[in-house]
Amino acid sequence: MPKMKIDGIDIEVPAGISVLQACELAGVEIPRFCYHERLSIAGNCRMCLVEQEKAPKPIASCAMPVMDGMVIKTNTPMVKKARNGVMEFLLVNHPLDCPICDQGGECDLQDQAMAYGYDRSRFHENKRAVPDKDLGPLVKTSMNRCIQCTRCVRFATEVAGIEELGATGRGEQMEITTYVQKTLSSELSGNIVDLCPVGALTSKPYAFNARPWELRKTESVDVMDALGSNIRIDTRGAEVMRVLPRVNEDINEEWIADKTRHAIDGLKRQRLDQPYVRRDGKLKPASWGEAFEAIAARLKGLDGARIAAVAGDQCDAESMVALKDLMAALGSSSVECRQDGAALDASVRGAYLFNAGIAGIDKADAILLVGTNPRWEAPVLNARIRRRYLAGKTRIALIGDVPMDLTYPAERLGHGPATLRELAEGRLGFADVLKGAKNPLIIVGQGALQRPDGAAVLAQARALAEAADAVRADWNGFCVLHTAAARVAGLDLGLVTPGGIEAIYAGCEKGDIEVVYLLAADEIETRRLGKAFVIYQGHHGDAGAHRADVILPGAAYTEKPGIYVNTEGRVQLAKRAGFPPGDAREDWAVLRALSAALGQALPYDTLDQVRQRLVKANPSFAAVDHQAPGAWGAFGTPGELKDAPFVSPIANYFMTCPISRASQTMAACTANRQSTAVAAE
Amino acid sequence: MLSDDDRIFKNLYGFDDWGLDGARRRGLWDNTAAILAKGAAAIIDEMKKSGLRGRGGAGFPTGLKWSFMPKEVGDRPHYLVVNADESEPGTCKDRDIMRHDPHMLIEGCLVAGFSMQAHAAYIYIRGEFYDEAVKLNAAVRQAYDAGLIGKNACGSGWDFDVYVHRGAGAYICGEETALLESLEGKKGMPRLKPPFPAGAGLYGCPSTVNNVESIAVAPTILRRGAAWFAGIGRPNNTGTKLFCISGHVNKPCNVEEAMGIPLRELIDRHAGGVRGGWDNLLAVIPGGASVPLLPKSICDDVLMDFDSLRNVQSGLGTAAVIVMDKSTDVVKAIARLSYFYKHESCGQCTPCREGTGWMWRVMERMVTGNARLEEIDVLHDVTKQVEGHTICALGDAAAWPIQGLIRHFRPEMERRINEFQSRRIAAE
Repeated sequence: MPKMKIDGIDIEVPAGISVLQACELAGVEIPRFCYHERLSIAGNCRMCLVEQEKAPKPIASCAMPVMDGMVIKTNTPMVKKARNGVMEFLLVNHPLDCPICDQGGECDLQDQAMAYGYDRSRFHENKRAVPDKDLGPLVKTSMNRCIQCTRCVRFATEVAGIEELGATGRGEQMEITTYVQKTLSSELSGNIVDLCPVGALTSKPYAFNARPWELRKTESVDVMDALGSNIRIDTRGAEVMRVLPRVNEDINEEWIADKTRHAIDGLKRQRLDQPYVRRDGKLKPASWGEAFEAIAARLKGLDGARIAAVAGDQCDAESMVALKDLMAALGSSSVECRQDGAALDASVRGAYLFNAGIAGIDKADAILLVGTNPRWEAPVLNARIRRRYLAGKTRIALIGDVPMDLTYPAERLGHGPATLRELAEGRLGFADVLKGAKNPLIIVGQGALQRPDGAAVLAQARALAEAADAVRADWNGFCVLHTAAARVAGLDLGLVTPGGIEAIYAGCEKGDIEVVYLLAADEIETRRLGKAFVIYQGHHGDAGAHRADVILPGAAYTEKPGIYVNTEGRVQLAKRAGFPPGDAREDWAVLRALSAALGQALPYDTLDQVRQRLVKANPSFAAVDHQAPGAWGAFGTPGELKDAPFVSPIANYFMTCPISRASQTMAACTANRQSTAVAAE
Repeated sequence: MLSDDDRIFKNLYGFDDWGLDGARRRGLWDNTAAILAKGAAAIIDEMKKSGLRGRGGAGFPTGLKWSFMPKEVGDRPHYLVVNADESEPGTCKDRDIMRHDPHMLIEGCLVAGFSMQAHAAYIYIRGEFYDEAVKLNAAVRQAYDAGLIGKNACGSGWDFDVYVHRGAGAYICGEETALLESLEGKKGMPRLKPPFPAGAGLYGCPSTVNNVESIAVAPTILRRGAAWFAGIGRPNNTGTKLFCISGHVNKPCNVEEAMGIPLRELIDRHAGGVRGGWDNLLAVIPGGASVPLLPKSICDDVLMDFDSLRNVQSGLGTAAVIVMDKSTDVVKAIARLSYFYKHESCGQCTPCREGTGWMWRVMERMVTGNARLEEIDVLHDVTKQVEGHTICALGDAAAWPIQGLIRHFRPEMERRINEFQSRRIAAE
């Protein structure tokens, strides 16, 4: 390990790191604009110049590898002068419009100008003017402020995998732009706003809405996909102003997807803020007491076998366990969380987890995608696959129809289950790749399981995993990629019924099931609920509420403390960032209150007691922030495989849940994508 | 004065046939296999002993540069890259080599490439040099047809290919790493160093980038011996050099001369003297637009070589001598150079991108005197903030001419400012 001296501090640092990183290890702060840990090194801002003993010129510390015996000084007049100079150059063509800039208060340029800049300007010429660019509905540009650090270009090219951003012109005329005015087509484009060290790229939906110092910051977990990306919710009063990523190296690193970031304006629209009861065919506002009375009246004397319940895709574990307990108290065992009909097997935990872990992708040397489009189902995870591809360490193949560029080449082996069988029987070339790989990864998407032969496909996928030796003591490469944030917790709690959602539909249509309780379940076929009396508990007036006979207003994910289990089985705690609107209440509390009104009071009065119940129901809930492969065993049902190709369940990335469907921003994104697609034709 | 026997460039003026027959008459391609037979190490050693310093401007010892290439070829091939993107204002030496004697360059490529165990040379020629590229390509074809390059080049057993690539006319692509980027098909922007090209250059492979003149003189040096070359010129500044004399002289020309020739002798003997006589001289830019100018007082006795010019705070650069007589608006001349650097800055790194525009705008005001006296110091400070803080040397090149102007012509700048101020007061 090289030994060096930084500002008189002797330090031994790992070989191969840069001088800048070594300075950080020594506790010496180096200002920077273009350097970012997760992007390639550009070395163009020159803010990180430091003095190296015996070097005639200051060196760019971000780009200089450490060498044994290096002596670095960061507190000399030469360094001070260099920083002053670079800072002055950055500001000469910068508009200094901080009072009207959304980056104000969290701007690297502002902060570093305070620390390293001159206190007045010596520049008396006209400033450069740069036309603003249209990057789509999410990213607002103010290109006069751009300091050409190229972080956004590097992010788009390297992480997002879209070669759409670049620099045109040279010298002073250099501009960051998309080629011929295209808007960005990435699902990760919002991250360039976080990366931009100045106010050149800001969030369009958030424009002129708030100042960072007005916001209360709450750590939470995202529910827009099943990754459980760690987020920070910034609120002002009751209003969610924006969502930013939190660093979690094992899940989202420091990126989040656009839906995670920008669907939040849907939280303000179409909200259920009071109970409703259907009278004379119309939903009429009601009090909680009236709503509970209506339910009690309908349930009175009803056999528990005639009641069913469905939990939605964004439910917290607490409300799901309360739902299960309430149903049990009413004598019903038919509680279902697989509202999309996926043939997930809840009997073995390994059957429904992303067993290798999201970070396991970084070790994979062969990846097979089965019936999944990770670019839309989990954009952040897709970026990790791309990084593995860029490292040149993995081969990637695909079974199913994916109508887009995944941002990395994937060899298409075939379209449907037949290909999966051929692969398991070793009849395709890629079978040898999987077998020869040290850490093969088989990612099974919901598109492969949401079909009549789903159970057979699942069994076939398991057979393939075992044939490829992907399940060993030290590695489990069988990975189910969920699309619903609540799904794993629901399976952990055993919210499954024989026959799944189809059996509930059939029961309703035949009249065997008379009451259906929908816990924020909106992705179901409501017209197949027959004449059943529908109780809808949720936060948005979406499909479920339209069909409901009684509506109980619940809380969205930002409005309640909750436990979510992500696709890899990691239990995560989300904190409450605000309160639900109007009369709406936290969901477990609604269920608890209803149980009392029905004379079947559930045995818990506080959130802590609900969580203790959760752990009793499944001890895995106690292991917060812990990820491990699930137990392995026999699962799936071998059977006849159909010919239909695998298709991803997501038809429009921007609208997949009640919140995103209510979001104007997501609607604008959808319209933008469609118009771009039309223009391309 | 250099004797005709010691001239390396025998067809600099294009009086003889540029093709292979002419080249052979002039002694080129004469038993090149024998040079290669000495072995790579011996060739590099001979080049080191000759004291040849790179002719592209920086003056880095050529033999030493070649020796930086890995001794053994690993899993990545070695490349020789020839920088024929001659764009330095005032410089036109490589152009004459390529259009009048392209075989000098091609033979040099073989010798240099062999010494660094490269099987391929890329000649990156400036886009505007259309005729030169046509001739160079024709010469490469001739050399292939004669078996001088290609498989078993010159019968030496060494396979060697030469590719000519035309640039698109950006000055920055003459910077060696920007040239590599451009050659790879990317935007011509300089790379961060380290890694240096000898470690990771073209396509990430060990590469050496040399100027046309440095490569073209190599075969002659190896034929006539390092001692001969080292015997010309002055210690540490050996050999002959092409000088490009332009501006206010009676007969602008390219001429090969010994290093260390007095500037005055160079101008008087080869360029017919300064227009209006030596006493009409105002200043000389001795090494292309990038180096600080010299006032007449220094020009009187300065010698034209790397060290002598460095001692007077200028540089030999590409040895493009730009002569300015007393009719010259020297501030305007330097302002024009500032515009050039502002126009050619690639825009990658901050000090150069922002600084070149700032300097140019202030210089434009200095031309008319529309400035305050203290702005001269601000301007000087800005040049110092650019110099040495950039990725490549373009920032330095933009700063130096202005520093030279302030150093030698500050009274003239102050006079203009004072005059402008008094005119303004009078108008009020």
